[in-house]
Amino acid sequence: MEAAVSSTIKVNGVDRTVEVESDTPLLWVLRDVLGMTGTKFGCGIAQCGACTVQIDGEPVRSCLLPVGSIGDRTITTIEGIGAMEAGRKIQKAWLDLEVVQCGYCQSGQIMSASALLARTPEPTDSDIDAAMAGNICRCGTYVRIRAGIKQAARSA
Amino acid sequence: MTSTSSAPRLTRRMVLKATAAAGGGLILSLSFPQLKAARAAESGADFAPNAFVRINPDGMVTFTIPQVEMGQGIYTALSMILAEELDAPFEHVKAVAAPPNDKLYGNPLLGFQVTGGSTSVRAFWKPMRIAGATARAMLVQAAATKWSVDPASCRTENGEVLHDVSAQKAPYGDIVQAAAALTPPQDPPLKPSSDFKVIGKSLKRLDTPDKVNGKAIYGIDARPAGVKIATLASCPVFGGKVAHVNDEQAKTMPGVRQVIVLDDLVAVVGDHMWAAKKGLNALDITWDEGPNASVSTADILNGLMSASEKAGAVAKSTGDAAKAQGGETKLEASYHVPFLAHAPMEPMNCTVHVRPDACEIWVGNQVITRAQGIAAKVTGLPLENVTVHNHLIGGGFGRRLEVDYIAKAVRIAQKVDGPVKVIWTREEDIQQALYRPFYFDRFQASLSGGKLAAWSHKIAGSSVLARWAPPAFKNGLDADAVDGAIDFPYETPNLHVEYVHAEPPAVPTCFWRSVGPGHNIFVIESFVDELAHAAGQDPVAFRRAHLEKEPRLLACLNLAAEKAGWGGALPARVGRGVACQSVFGSYVAAIVEAEVDDEGEIAIRLVTAAVDCGTAVNPDSVEAQIQGGLVFGLTAALYNEITIAKGRVQQSNFNNYRMMRINETPAIDVHLLRNGESPGGIGEPGTSIAGPALANALFAATGVRLRSLPVDRKQLAPRKAA
Repeated sequence: MEAAVSSTIKVNGVDRTVEVESDTPLLWVLRDVLGMTGTKFGCGIAQCGACTVQIDGEPVRSCLLPVGSIGDRTITTIEGIGAMEAGRKIQKAWLDLEVVQCGYCQSGQIMSASALLARTPEPTDSDIDAAMAGNICRCGTYVRIRAGIKQAARSA
Repeated sequence: MTSTSSAPRLTRRMVLKATAAAGGGLILSLSFPQLKAARAAESGADFAPNAFVRINPDGMVTFTIPQVEMGQGIYTALSMILAEELDAPFEHVKAVAAPPNDKLYGNPLLGFQVTGGSTSVRAFWKPMRIAGATARAMLVQAAATKWSVDPASCRTENGEVLHDVSAQKAPYGDIVQAAAALTPPQDPPLKPSSDFKVIGKSLKRLDTPDKVNGKAIYGIDARPAGVKIATLASCPVFGGKVAHVNDEQAKTMPGVRQVIVLDDLVAVVGDHMWAAKKGLNALDITWDEGPNASVSTADILNGLMSASEKAGAVAKSTGDAAKAQGGETKLEASYHVPFLAHAPMEPMNCTVHVRPDACEIWVGNQVITRAQGIAAKVTGLPLENVTVHNHLIGGGFGRRLEVDYIAKAVRIAQKVDGPVKVIWTREEDIQQALYRPFYFDRFQASLSGGKLAAWSHKIAGSSVLARWAPPAFKNGLDADAVDGAIDFPYETPNLHVEYVHAEPPAVPTCFWRSVGPGHNIFVIESFVDELAHAAGQDPVAFRRAHLEKEPRLLACLNLAAEKAGWGGALPARVGRGVACQSVFGSYVAAIVEAEVDDEGEIAIRLVTAAVDCGTAVNPDSVEAQIQGGLVFGLTAALYNEITIAKGRVQQSNFNNYRMMRINETPAIDVHLLRNGESPGGIGEPGTSIAGPALANALFAATGVRLRSLPVDRKQLAPRKAA
């Protein structure tokens, strides 16, 4: 059994110290310990992408990421992604095209899409497929997610 | 629930009452006399506090919205209807979630406070228009009196009353107090649709901004001070009980606060979900599996097949059903569809704080008066001591028309000191749900001169209504189970529809997005396709020939065929399939183009839908609902079935209860036929039309007729030569 230990993580540019067992997934640290509820629980087995955050700019499923494994890498969540250019563009495109329905998966969609856009400024359809296939949307907003990424890529 | 295909008819007039608000302002309350419960409200005592529409002295309009927002855009659509007739700027309308109260907020189509069956716009279209027009007329009267002019010489625009002749104008906020003293007029004139400025425009949704920045609060995000987190395991066999629990190890784990053992479930309470989940995993639970420990899907299918041999309740019969057994060409077929889970992205959850004299609940639910009622029942508290905070819903699809997860959370919370949030794991969400019924259907039909001479359809399956709304289940007939079957759109002199009520052992059933039509349109449109093939006719041409008396549906079919390039050449093993439906008060034709490889794997290349939902209040939302509804229906057709072995659900998470993903999603072209008819429902039609259009495309591509769902890829792989 792992004892509760003190971990310091950097979330959206701010150092946060939490007292949890080091195997606790980042998802539950964010939601239940830090009260940052924008990151969502969907499946717990990295199948749906609702819990996607960025670690050093890479999309990661936080439901299986032990908080003790993060070290000093930077964590970005939906609450902070708008401060980054790619995130801002994706959020704007999501609003312009009314991508969202129930919205529950969209934090994860936006985190995956903004990571894609940051490293691939002009993504092709197959780039979008590869980057976004890990994010399920039960409302079926996929057509608009694709259009939203393309619009964000074109935007200034 | 039924799709209540006809437009709402308010059998007696809606009652409107105006009152002055504290601090100045006009409150308009609505009630519907045809709702039995509403009559009590008319007496007035509890009228004012829960107003529908309140116009404040600052000109802002607060609209207490009875329907819940679960992604369908209802906050926006109903606010648009109100703004239109009120002539208030849309930005001045603020939607606020209504508290539970059937008397004040009952859905006029369904009789209590419920969001479902694609009814919300249909149910509130007329009431919201009348409310807006009434308030507008009162504001005009108040201004005209102030100015000593004829009200008929005044007009309204953008939140102001104007008198052009004297060049006077008054913002609504300045005259609400005077308006509140007036008696609401009878029959205020409604705008002709040609004057609509808001309705019919694709306005931005009110709920979207907070859904892209993480600020939107769903039920699962509720965090009352001091809340603990719990997760639970119910007996994996339906109807089973807890026999014994060894919690020695779990109790010593860091963050675990409490282990709660109830009759049929075990819950672990922790400081956070991880602690609760690890604690639950560390329990050694012995279950008493009870009487259902050997139930399997095969038993259920066999049971329904036998039931379908029996005579059922006649849902509709015109002409002579026996003619289905004669004619030049006679066809028979049987179909079946599986149990389905809803699997909304937000797993079931409910936060509860039980105190000795009160119970407080934070949840997302489609029937919040039932949420309140079940908490009162479990705790024994009076209804008024139960407070429900209803939240945005992270996917409803019918699952949140149930209150089982609220009952369980309250039972757990009774054992906890302070508030507790009960979160189901995805596995629990899939395995302890209520499911879309398994149905078995038999058809007989005959053709004469290439036309449908007789059609006979027998449906066997669970009745959701018998449990969910018992008064709606009459004489052995479930109106939902035959919805879409009795309103068969194709012309035939002899039509017969029967329903055999047959409950499966163990498996609880409930509504699932597209309700009765979700199953009926699949079987009907598949069998119609079989008839077209048997008649040697093109599937679109065959349908056209039988839709002369259904001009709106025929127009959808023609438009879809044109836009999809129906009849154009396709490569080998690529096919187009068509389906038509007239349910939920809307007309839809859809065409799927799909490709099948030699392993039977399917690639959907294009979906084209033509939709006539009458007045599209927010056309962009209508398009979004059709797009999403199609993906929901295609997902089920491609992948989904809940199967039972040894009384247990065999699927558990998205790895084995698969969802369609973006890389599998084709282009979806939605074409709206615009007209001024009353609005039809739009949340579910995309779902019911998807499966049959796909199955018919797969037939066109491979020649294999699929008479069950989900698609059996083995059947679609070409048979190897021996």
